[in-house]
Amino acid sequence: MESSQDAVAGAGTGEHAVEDRRARLRRFWKSDFVRSAPYWGIPLLLMGLAVYGGIIWNILISLTDYQGFLERPDYGNLDLEMYRQALSDSAVHLTARNTFVLLVAFTSVSLVLGLFLAVLLDRDIREKSKVQTIYLLPMALSFVVTAQFWLWMYNYNDGLVNTVIGLFGLGPYNWIGNPSLVLGAVIFALIWQFSGYTMVVFLAGLQSISNDQFEAARVDGASIFKTYWRVIIPQLKSSSVSAAVVLMIFALKIFTFLYAMFGTYRPPKGTDVLATLMVREAFQLQKWAYSASIATILLAMSLLVIAPYLYYQYREGAL
Amino acid sequence: MSQTTTSDRDGIASLLPEFNYRRLGLYLVIMLFVAFFVSPIWTGLVTSFKPPGQATQPLLPPGPELFTLDSWSRALDNLGRGFVNSFAMAVPATLVNVLLASTAAYGLTLVDWRRQMLVVLLFVFGIFIPYQAILVPLDNFWTNIFPLAKGLAIGNVTVIPANQRWGTLAELAITHVAYGIPICFLLFRSYYKTISKELIEAAKVDGASVTRIYTRIVLPLSTPMIGVVLIYQFTQIWNEFLFSLTLIGSSADQAATITLILSGIGADLSGTNFPLRMAAAFLAALPTIIIYVLFAEQFAEGLSAG
Repeated sequence: MESSQDAVAGAGTGEHAVEDRRARLRRFWKSDFVRSAPYWGIPLLLMGLAVYGGIIWNILISLTDYQGFLERPDYGNLDLEMYRQALSDSAVHLTARNTFVLLVAFTSVSLVLGLFLAVLLDRDIREKSKVQTIYLLPMALSFVVTAQFWLWMYNYNDGLVNTVIGLFGLGPYNWIGNPSLVLGAVIFALIWQFSGYTMVVFLAGLQSISNDQFEAARVDGASIFKTYWRVIIPQLKSSSVSAAVVLMIFALKIFTFLYAMFGTYRPPKGTDVLATLMVREAFQLQKWAYSASIATILLAMSLLVIAPYLYYQYREGAL
Repeated sequence: MSQTTTSDRDGIASLLPEFNYRRLGLYLVIMLFVAFFVSPIWTGLVTSFKPPGQATQPLLPPGPELFTLDSWSRALDNLGRGFVNSFAMAVPATLVNVLLASTAAYGLTLVDWRRQMLVVLLFVFGIFIPYQAILVPLDNFWTNIFPLAKGLAIGNVTVIPANQRWGTLAELAITHVAYGIPICFLLFRSYYKTISKELIEAAKVDGASVTRIYTRIVLPLSTPMIGVVLIYQFTQIWNEFLFSLTLIGSSADQAATITLILSGIGADLSGTNFPLRMAAAFLAALPTIIIYVLFAEQFAEGLSAG
C-alpha cells in the first residue's frame, strides 16, 4: 500500500509521513498513559527496586559463598551449593516441620474462632461496636508488646495461665521451658492476637448477605445452626480465602513475636521456625549466602500460597 | 476486671423484661470472650504497678501498701529516646506513603490505559512477600552501596552530612515507605473503584487534564480513605520491629526505635523484671492504643480491606 502511494504522491509523502509520526507522537505524549506516568511511575520505581530488586539480589547472593564481615559478595562464582547445604541441614528440617505445624494449627483455629465470633456478633446485641473494639484490640498492638504480655501470662509461678488451670486442679506447667508445650503456647498467643482480625473479615462478609436469606431459611423451618451451615457459610468462601492467605503468609514470616518473647535470635528448639533460622544465620552468624538461600525457600513457599490466590482474584476481577 | 463485671450486669439487667435463656447464654459467651481478649492486657496492667519480686496474684491490683509507679518512671527513662526516634521516623514515612500510594492508585485505577493490570499485579504481589526474602540485600544496600548514615557527598560537596542517629532513622523511614506502598496502594485502589466513572469522564470531556482531575476531584474525595491509611500505616510502622533490628541492630544504639528498646528491657542475669517490662510495653503501645480507641472503625476498615 505504502509503496503505491509513494509512487503516486511522490515527494509529498515524505512530509506526510513525518507529520504522521509527529501527530502520533503528540497523541502519545498527550495520552493518558504518559500523562499518568508520574503518578504511578515514581511509586512503582521505588517499590519495584525495593521489592523486586531486593528479591533478585537476594537470589544472586544465595548463589555465592558470601559470609563474614566481607565488604562485597563475590559474584564471579555462582553455584547452588547453599541450597544443597540447606536441604540437607537438620536445622532446616526441624524448623520446616515447626513452620508447617504452626501454619496449619494457627490458620485453621484462627479462622474457625473468627467465624464463630463473627456469627456471635452478627445480630442485634447491646454495645456491639464496643465488644467488637475489644475483640480487635490485640491486633492494634505490636508483637513486641503482646510477646511481653504472654511471657508474663505463661510465667511458671505467677502467670495467669497456670493460675486459671490451677483452679481446675491442673498444672502448673512450664509453658515456655517445656519443648513439647512451647509451640502450642506460642500458637495460642497468636490466635489470641489474630482471631479479632478474622472476625472483622467475616463480619464484613456476613453484612453483605441480605437478611432475606435468613428469613427464607426461617420460613422453611431451618434451625439457626442449619441456616448458617447450609446457607450462610458457603457464601463466605471469598472472605475465608482472603483471611486464610493473610494468616498463612504471616505464619511463614513470623519472627518478631518469637524474638521479642525469648529475647534472642534463637527461640527454644520446639518453636524455632524457618523465618527465625534465616534471620539468625544472617545477623547473628553472618552467613549471608546461606541465609539468603533459606530466604529464597521461604519466598517459594509463600508463592505457593499467593500465586493461586492472586490468579483467582484476578480472574474474578476483584483486584 | 471491674469493667467487665459492670457491663455484664448491665447486659443481664437489660434482658430482664424479655428474659430468655438463649439470649442470656449469648451474652455470657460474649462476656467470656471479652475476658479472654482483655485478660493478658489486664494482668499486664496490674502487674506494672507492683514492686518487682512481689508480683503475685496476676489478676488482682496491688494493695495500697504495695502500689508503686517506680516501674513506669524507669520505663519512661528507658523509652524516652525511642519515643523521639519512632515519631521522627514514623510520621514522615506515613505521610509520604499516603501520598505515593494515593497517586499510584489514581494512575492505575481512575486513568485508563492498556495493560495496566500488569502493573497493578506488581503492586499487589508486593503486599505478600515475606521480608526475610529481601533482608540480606537490604542490609547490604544501606551498609555498602548507599550508607546514608555516613553522609552523602557528590565530589567534594557534602550534600548530606554524616549523622549516625538521624541518618539511620532516614534509612529506616525510606525502607518503610518503599515496603509500605503496596498495602496502602490496595487500600486506595479499593476506594477509588467506588468513585463514579461518570464523574471522571465528565471532567475529561470538559477538558480537565489528568493532573487537574486528581487535584480537583479525586484528592478532595479521598479524605475518608486518607484517614484510614494514615491510621493503619502509622500503626504498622510504629509497631514494626524486623527492619529496626536489621538497620539499627542494638537497643543501645542512639537511633533505636521504641520497639527495639522494648525488646531488650527488664532482662538481666538476675531474671526478668516483669513489672518494668509491663510498664514499658504499655508506654510503647500508648500512641497506638490512643489512636485505636479514637479511630477503631477506620482501623478495622483498613484491616478488612487489606
